[in-house]
Amino acid sequence: MALNKADIRQQLQKEIFSLQGFKSTNANINAGNVELGPIKEVFPNCTFPLGAVHEFFCARPETTACTSGFIAGVLSSIMKSGGVTIWICKEPAIFPPALTSFGIDPEKVIFFYLRKQQEILWCIEEALKCKGIAAVVAELRDLDFTSSRRLQLAASKNNVTCFVLHQPSTATTASVARWKVLPLPSIADDDLPGVGFPQWSVELLKVRNGKTGTWQVQWTEVSFHFPAARTSVMLEQRKKAG
Amino acid sequence: MRRFVCIWFNSLKTDWYTVRHPNLKSVPFVLTANEHGRMVVTAVNEHAIAAGAFAGMVLTDARSMIPSLEAIEEPADLLDQILTRIAYWCIRYSPVVGIDKPDCIILEATGCCHLWGGEEQYLHDIINRLKGFGYNVRVAMADTIGAAWGVAHFARAYIVPAGGTITALLPLHPAALRLENEVIARLQKLGFRQIQDFITIPRTTLRRRFGAAFISRLNQVLGNEEELIEPVHQIEPYEERLPCLEPIATRTGIEIALKNLLETLCYRLQREQKGLRKAIFIGCRIDGDLQRIEIGTTSPSHNPTHLFNLFDLKLETIEPGLGIEVFILQAPIVETAAVEQEELWKVQSNLDNADLSELLDRVAGKLGANNFYRYLPAEHYLPERSIKRTTSLSEKSQTTWNINRPRPLLLQHPKPIEVTAPIPDYPPMMFRYQGKLHKVVKADGPERVEQEWWLQEGEHRDYYYVEDENGQRYWLFRSGHYDADKQNQWFIHGFFP
Repeated sequence: MALNKADIRQQLQKEIFSLQGFKSTNANINAGNVELGPIKEVFPNCTFPLGAVHEFFCARPETTACTSGFIAGVLSSIMKSGGVTIWICKEPAIFPPALTSFGIDPEKVIFFYLRKQQEILWCIEEALKCKGIAAVVAELRDLDFTSSRRLQLAASKNNVTCFVLHQPSTATTASVARWKVLPLPSIADDDLPGVGFPQWSVELLKVRNGKTGTWQVQWTEVSFHFPAARTSVMLEQRKKAG
Repeated sequence: MRRFVCIWFNSLKTDWYTVRHPNLKSVPFVLTANEHGRMVVTAVNEHAIAAGAFAGMVLTDARSMIPSLEAIEEPADLLDQILTRIAYWCIRYSPVVGIDKPDCIILEATGCCHLWGGEEQYLHDIINRLKGFGYNVRVAMADTIGAAWGVAHFARAYIVPAGGTITALLPLHPAALRLENEVIARLQKLGFRQIQDFITIPRTTLRRRFGAAFISRLNQVLGNEEELIEPVHQIEPYEERLPCLEPIATRTGIEIALKNLLETLCYRLQREQKGLRKAIFIGCRIDGDLQRIEIGTTSPSHNPTHLFNLFDLKLETIEPGLGIEVFILQAPIVETAAVEQEELWKVQSNLDNADLSELLDRVAGKLGANNFYRYLPAEHYLPERSIKRTTSLSEKSQTTWNINRPRPLLLQHPKPIEVTAPIPDYPPMMFRYQGKLHKVVKADGPERVEQEWWLQEGEHRDYYYVEDENGQRYWLFRSGHYDADKQNQWFIHGFFP
C-alpha cells in the first residue's frame, strides 16, 4: 500500500513538473547515467539534469581544486557515452594526468585559455552549439542573468551540460543548479596512515524543481561514495516543513 | 587542317649558361658530366667548336686542344628543367605545348596564328622573343609534328604551306624522318641520300628492309598516322574573381559576393577532393584601395557554410568606402581532404569530428590560434614536463599516461613557502602559504623526482602529498637533500581535489 502511495506521489509530481514547463529530454533519460547516489533523489525525476547550466562557487585555489574534482567525477560518467569536453580557464592550471584518476581520458579534453569575460562567454556559447561535445567547463569571474539565460538556452537546446565556476555571488541567474564544494578531511581505508580518498562537502544551494541539501561526498578511484547519506537532506526538509 | 610548330634549340645548354654568365660569351667553354669516372664533354659553345672541340670527347683531350678552355660541370637534370620552363612560357602561343626530348618543343598552332596576324608573324614573334632571351633556335611550321621537326632540323624554309608536306620533304636528308642511327647508316650505304630517292618504293619492300618503325615514322611525317604530344599543364591557382556591374557598398552585397565566390571555389575543391587551409578575400575598391581579410582552418575544409561563418567573424573590418567593384577569393594553402561519408550510426565520440574542428576554426578566427590546446603524455619525470601541448586534433600519443602516483588536479608554478619540518626526510609539520598558516594533519611521501640532467641542471625534488586541518590538500616539495647546515627551500606546486 505504501508503495502505491509513493508511486502516486511520483506521478503527481511528474504532472506538476509538466505543468511548470519542465521537460525531461531524451538525453536526461538515455545518456550518461550520472551516479550521484542520494544527491540524485533531490533532482526532478531523480535524474541529474544534463543539458543544463550548473554553477559552482569557488573563491580560492583549494576550493577550485575540490570543485574541479567533483566536476571531473560527474564528467567521467557523462563522457562514457562519448564526446569531447571543452575546459575553458584563465590560465593553464588543470594538470591533465590527474584527470585519469577520475576516469577521464585527458586526450579528449580540449583546454581553452581565455581571459576576457566576453570572449569566454562567446566561446562557451559556441561550444554549446557544437555537436559531438559532451560538456563544457568554464571558469568565469561572475555570471549575470542575461548571459546565464543565453547559456541555459543554448545548453538545453543542444543537450550539452555546462559547468560554470565563478566567485560566490547572490545574483539571480537562469541556471538550473547552483553548487558549492568545500574540502573535508580525507578518510583513509582501515585507518592507514597518510592521505586517503578525497572527501568534499557538496552543497546544492539551488536547483530548479528540486530540493536543496548538503552531502558528504567521497571519490574512491572509480565512483562517488557517500559515507553519511542524506541526514542533512532530512534536516533540510524538516526545516522547510516546519 | 592541323598545324604544328617545332622549336629546335640547337645549343640550349650553352646558351642558358651564356645568358647567366655574360663573361662566357667570348671565351670557349664546355659543359661536362661525370661518366664512369671520366669527365666527358656534353655541350660545346661556338668558340669551342671553332677550336675543334665536340660533344662526347673527354675533357682532358679538349683541354689539350684548347688550353684556355672553361669547363663547367652541369647539373643532372638541367636540360629537363630548362625545357619545362620554356614550355610553360610557350603556353602564351598555344594551349597545347609538348616537350620533345632532348631539345625540342612542339606547339600545336591550329587556330592560333590569326591572333598574331598570320603564320609568318606568329613564327617571327617566337623566333624574335627567344633570340631576345639569348637562345639560338630554329623554328618550322608544318601539317604534322614529324614534318615540322624535319624541316626545322634540315631545311632553310620554315613554313611548310598546308598540304605541301611531301614537296617540302622530298629534297631532305633521310635523318629528317627521325630515324634510328642504324637505319640512317643503312640508307646511306644503299645510296638513299634524299627522301625522294625512296619515297616511291613500295611500303612492303621498305618494311622488309628497314623494319616497321621506319614505316611508322614515314606515316607520321605524312600525316597518315596520328602522333600524340604530351602537353604540359599549368597549375591553375585556386582563385575566383567576381566583377560587379555597380560598385558594392553594403554588407549584404559583400555577403552575397562572398557566398558566390565560396560556392564556386568549394565546388572545384570538392571535385578535386581538396580542402583549403587558408583563404584570403580581397575587395578592390573603386578608389584603388584593397580591402582584405584572411582566415585559416585547422583541417582542410571545402564546406562553404563553415568558411562563410569564419569570414563572417571578420567581415566588419572591410571598409567598402565608395564601393567595391571586384571581389577576389584566393586559397593559397590547399591540402587533400578525404571525402566525408555519411555515417550510418553517428557515434559522437571521436576527435576527428568536422563540427569540432569547425568550432576550433571559429575560435581561432575570432580570438587567435594559440588559445586552445590538447595535452598528450610525454616521457619526462618532472611533472611540468610530463605533458606535451598540441593544437592538432589528430595527433596520437606516443606513450601512455603515467598514473602510478597521485597527481594534483591543479598545478601551478612552484611558489616558495615557509615550513617547519622537524625531522629530516619527514613531511613538514606546518607551512605558511600566502600569509596563512596551515597545520599538516596527514601526509604521504616523499616521492623523489630527479632532475633530468640532460635537459637542465638543478636539485632533485622530494614531493609530499599533505592535508591540513581543514581538509585542504596540497602538493609540496623540498628542493635537494635535507641538510642541517643550510636551509632547504620548500615549494608548493599544486592542489589536490
